[in-house]
Amino acid sequence: MALITCKDLAVGYDGEAVAAGLTFSVSAGDYLCIVGENGSGKSTLIRTLLHLQQPVSGEITLGDGLAPTEIGYLPQQSSIQKDFPASVREIVLSGCQGRKGIRPFYNAAERELANQTMEKLGILQFSKRCFPELSGGQQQRVLLARALCATRKVLLMDEPTAGLDPKVTADLYSLIDGLHREGITIIMISHDIAAAVRYASHILHIGRTVFFGTTERYRVSGVGRSFLVQEQASGSAEDDNG
Amino acid sequence: MAEGFARIFQYLQYPFVRYAMIVGILIALCSSLLGVTLVLKRFSFIGDGLSHVAFGAMAVASVLKMTNQTILVLPVTVICAVLLLRSGQNARIKGDAAIAMISVGALAFGYLLMNVWPVSSNISGDVCSTLFGSTSILTLQLSDVWLCVILSVIVVFLFLFFYNRIFDVTFDENFARSTGTRVERYHLLIAVIIAVIIVLAMNLVGSLLISALVIFPALSAMRIFHSFKSVTVCSAVLSVTGALIGLLFSIAAATPVGSTIVAVDVLIFAVCTILGSVFFRHA
Repeated sequence: MALITCKDLAVGYDGEAVAAGLTFSVSAGDYLCIVGENGSGKSTLIRTLLHLQQPVSGEITLGDGLAPTEIGYLPQQSSIQKDFPASVREIVLSGCQGRKGIRPFYNAAERELANQTMEKLGILQFSKRCFPELSGGQQQRVLLARALCATRKVLLMDEPTAGLDPKVTADLYSLIDGLHREGITIIMISHDIAAAVRYASHILHIGRTVFFGTTERYRVSGVGRSFLVQEQASGSAEDDNG
Repeated sequence: MAEGFARIFQYLQYPFVRYAMIVGILIALCSSLLGVTLVLKRFSFIGDGLSHVAFGAMAVASVLKMTNQTILVLPVTVICAVLLLRSGQNARIKGDAAIAMISVGALAFGYLLMNVWPVSSNISGDVCSTLFGSTSILTLQLSDVWLCVILSVIVVFLFLFFYNRIFDVTFDENFARSTGTRVERYHLLIAVIIAVIIVLAMNLVGSLLISALVIFPALSAMRIFHSFKSVTVCSAVLSVTGALIGLLFSIAAATPVGSTIVAVDVLIFAVCTILGSVFFRHA
């Protein structure tokens, strides 16, 4: 039984589908990258998987005892967070919100979990620092730590490396790869097709043509080959300009 | 100076001055708690809009010659708070435009009603005291004080009980939703608390100056502190201090209460900005 199974899923707003015909499943231990052009509905799919919005049609089934609130979410940063007075510890602790339930304050076990997670991701020394003061890579680690406090099973990430420089991006990818090796299932939206085919076990390509399968099959598929070539071309063009 | 202190001590003998001090401190405490959330959620103007709604409701209540105006003003303001939050979400009319519409509309209707059915011969005096709260804090009955104490206790209790949820919902709505938090419910809770605070604070500073009471302490605290907890505690302390200094000064120097308190809050903000840029500069 897969953790998440989507059957002929269509996602969008107000009954209008942005992406349709999505049939795929994610099993425990998978590393799924969701790729596609801008506006193809990747973020909408993520929001639907998290039950932040209703699917237009089709169904999402959760299996293996996965509760909807057990998915650790790493969203894109919002403008409000740029000057928000919050310490790293406060933010990471807020990942324990789901475990806490109706209880008004966090208990010792939850504080300990937050501490361990911060230590694991190498941000414990920043725990009293203010979130907006941190660098982009450090901020992503904080939000990743928060997501890890919310789940032991699945991480859902919306372009975790957006706006980071190449060195920090590589560090973050290897950090995520380490978490995957520890048995955490990864679902990630990525613009970075090279990193996607390097790390992911499965690829979901959405757009005019929908592809779902293992990374090996994606490399040799028509949509995969054309997308890889096109992205590499635009990537090297950017390098030339830079 | 000495004369001023003498006058303060003399006035503190009177129960109505003591009532004013108690109510002033409680209102300052409550209004500062949600300041951070309002400022950061870009909700600052909701406070302003709602206070004008409260003015309109107050005008209706006085035209109807109601003895306890809060019975009408409180529910009307709460309902408008809920409506304003809703309009911010499904945005046919954008949030800030909706607030502007409701607030100036209520202001105009309030003034119109007070003129068409005047309750006293001094209309502009009535209007002025509702807008700037010039004397109402000093004419409180014991029942008003009790109402204020009860509502303040409820507000503080709700804030403490839901403190962590309010932090979550303010910092990252989508993440909060993904962990199973019913974000809309907490928005509703925040809106209701704001409405209660505004109705309370009308007595202290009048409806035009309420948002100052909500916004300034939070902004001042944010100049100096950088965690949610310390900012919240600091803004509560600054707000109570500002209200105390303002009240005492207005007694000693016979200045209008509301505008004196807001002036003190502005001064505190200036001091905090300077302190913040000298000692607590961002990296």
